[in-house]
Amino acid sequence: MIGRVFAFFLLLASGAFAQDTARIVYLGLEEDGRYESQPLYTGLSLRDRDRPLDGIRLGFRDTRMLGRAVGVTFELQEQLASAENLAETLRAAQGANPLVILLDLPPDAMELVLASARDDDLFINIRDGSDKWRGVDCKPMLMHTPPSDTMLTDALAQHLRAQRWTKILLLVGPSEADKQRAAAVRRSVAKFGLRIADERSFELTNDPRRRDRSNIALLTGGARYDVIWLVDDYGDFGRYMPYATYAARPVVGAEGLVPVAWHWTFERFGAPQLNQRFRRLAGRDMSSEDWAGWVAIRSIVDAIAQTGTAKRETVREMLASSELSVDLYKGVRGNFRDWSGQLRQPILLARHNAVIAVAPIDGFEHRYDTLDTLGQDRQESNCQP
Amino acid sequence: MMMISGLRKTSFPALLLAFILSASGAASQSGLAIVPNERSDTLTILSPEFEVIRTIETCARPRGIHFNADHSSFFVGCADDDMIAIYDTATLELAGRIRGVPAPETFDLHPDGRRLIVSNEEDAAASVYDVETGEFLAEYLTGEEPEGVQVTSDGKLVFVASEAANLVHVIDLDAGEVISDILVDTRPRRFALTPDETELWVSAELAGIVNIIDVATLKLIGDVAFLPTGFRSEEVTPVDLIITADGQRAYVALGRANHVAVVNVPERKIINYVLVGKRAWGLELTADEKLLYVANGLSDDVTVIDTETLTPLTSIPVGGVPYDILIDDR
Repeated sequence: MIGRVFAFFLLLASGAFAQDTARIVYLGLEEDGRYESQPLYTGLSLRDRDRPLDGIRLGFRDTRMLGRAVGVTFELQEQLASAENLAETLRAAQGANPLVILLDLPPDAMELVLASARDDDLFINIRDGSDKWRGVDCKPMLMHTPPSDTMLTDALAQHLRAQRWTKILLLVGPSEADKQRAAAVRRSVAKFGLRIADERSFELTNDPRRRDRSNIALLTGGARYDVIWLVDDYGDFGRYMPYATYAARPVVGAEGLVPVAWHWTFERFGAPQLNQRFRRLAGRDMSSEDWAGWVAIRSIVDAIAQTGTAKRETVREMLASSELSVDLYKGVRGNFRDWSGQLRQPILLARHNAVIAVAPIDGFEHRYDTLDTLGQDRQESNCQP
Repeated sequence: MMMISGLRKTSFPALLLAFILSASGAASQSGLAIVPNERSDTLTILSPEFEVIRTIETCARPRGIHFNADHSSFFVGCADDDMIAIYDTATLELAGRIRGVPAPETFDLHPDGRRLIVSNEEDAAASVYDVETGEFLAEYLTGEEPEGVQVTSDGKLVFVASEAANLVHVIDLDAGEVISDILVDTRPRRFALTPDETELWVSAELAGIVNIIDVATLKLIGDVAFLPTGFRSEEVTPVDLIITADGQRAYVALGRANHVAVVNVPERKIINYVLVGKRAWGLELTADEKLLYVANGLSDDVTVIDTETLTPLTSIPVGGVPYDILIDDR
């Protein structure tokens, strides 16, 4: 177990607010495949991921003055557990009476943690987009800052609808993650009145007997469609797809136009300032994962500022309240859905060096909140905590 | 005293000085409007007949614009060049630079005419410069993304809004310290003081409201919420605001709601909404307060409103992303 504690600032209580300490724990795994480089053929690595710790640290920096105003001391404790001592690490973390535990865990570790959660814990998932944590496996003490898979596919479906690119060729990779995401695509396609012209599976292989699954011209020919929606978690196949298709059609989904929580080129709503601050702190561009960590801290601090206390019960109530108003740097105030614990947020539709559109796209309306046109709405949710 | 109107940008003594100087013929008073265009790095010069008569290449990302004490020159904040450019008002020629000002956004001039208080967006600080020597005098730490700056006419207090921290910092210049951090609503942007300086109005962009702070106690005492017909609350993003010299009326640019709100100040009630261009931010009144100029950041134009009838007269295409407006008529 590796543990580090940073006391970010020590402040004097001012006026009406009591002197409080808010301890926030980041819980991750030491040997996490997600953060190991995955060199491909010829030593290329397409997915070097960084832990979202820089995003979290920036969240603390951004709110230090707010801490001064409300008289709360913030403390970040970074805990990396091994797969074996995860339960023990969790117990130790719980014992120190943290305000919030941020979870950056793979699905099985997440399951273990939630199984040993106590009723008065407060967890924020800052990594997993899977719909199951927002649906069948939701928990009353679990909130989510990254968009769910369905929010991402809904955002892209809205854009295709608005562009009238309604006939889709769906190409799906072989992994479990691909299957989950393809299910989300099908739901979004149905929700926004698009049509799947054909669905095909691809494989990374040079076997001539299976070239119908590996040859891009064959995979993209013999059907009439407006756009190719690619589902490819691994990424080594999809990167060869644009400009190699049988018909002159755009590729969206995993390549080309991609739905994301955050983008380093976003130009509006104060985003350039956030991106510049992040770059100065971390020496790299802010990723969607960094943003999810940053916005988790932002939400906690705003909940404390709005209630004037760092008591866990009060903060938890405020986080679940529609009164919460978090500046997402995406143009609207954010708060959490009271049925699934999911952070409401706009989704950016971006290519590698520009944001093309922001969903909800103009014209998609909702009875209560247009942000709820993205992802599972109250009546569709199967979360019964 | 009709000259002393539109007190938003320049404090009372400074205007009085300008009045005296203009009476003696020192200020030019061309009636031209100067618009910094944040994206195209230019200044657009508009004639009193609403024609574009000149476009001047300027520094990188020009934003805040402000006269000096006698209006013989004006300052332009160059956010991406880390400097403040000084232009001669009569000739519109570059007259000097204050260098090494990190990412200046907006600023206000102290009534002494010497100290310029600047918000440094990327440094979470407000800094003070001597406009005559360019010397850096002091720095005060703020929350992230400081924006609006407002000095009281007695020169004692400076208010600085921090967009990211939802705070209004109150700096006591004599004591040289931040004496209060006032928690306001989401994303505070700009200020307007009532002419008697009892109330400070602060636009809270993402909350879609204006918070009202009592200057004597530094406490929130009220707010005004906006919602023009046909807009969702999240589209109402107020930024710039002006209070008229008689303290009766406020104009508030509502950002993505594409309107300017007209507010009865004593009653804190909305009189009307005037349709302008896309993402209205910057505002300026003419000296006689008969015309209101509005910079529309996402339609790259300036709308001119007749304040008696509250109707837009015209919209003039300017450069890319106009930020603010300065009118040389006082």
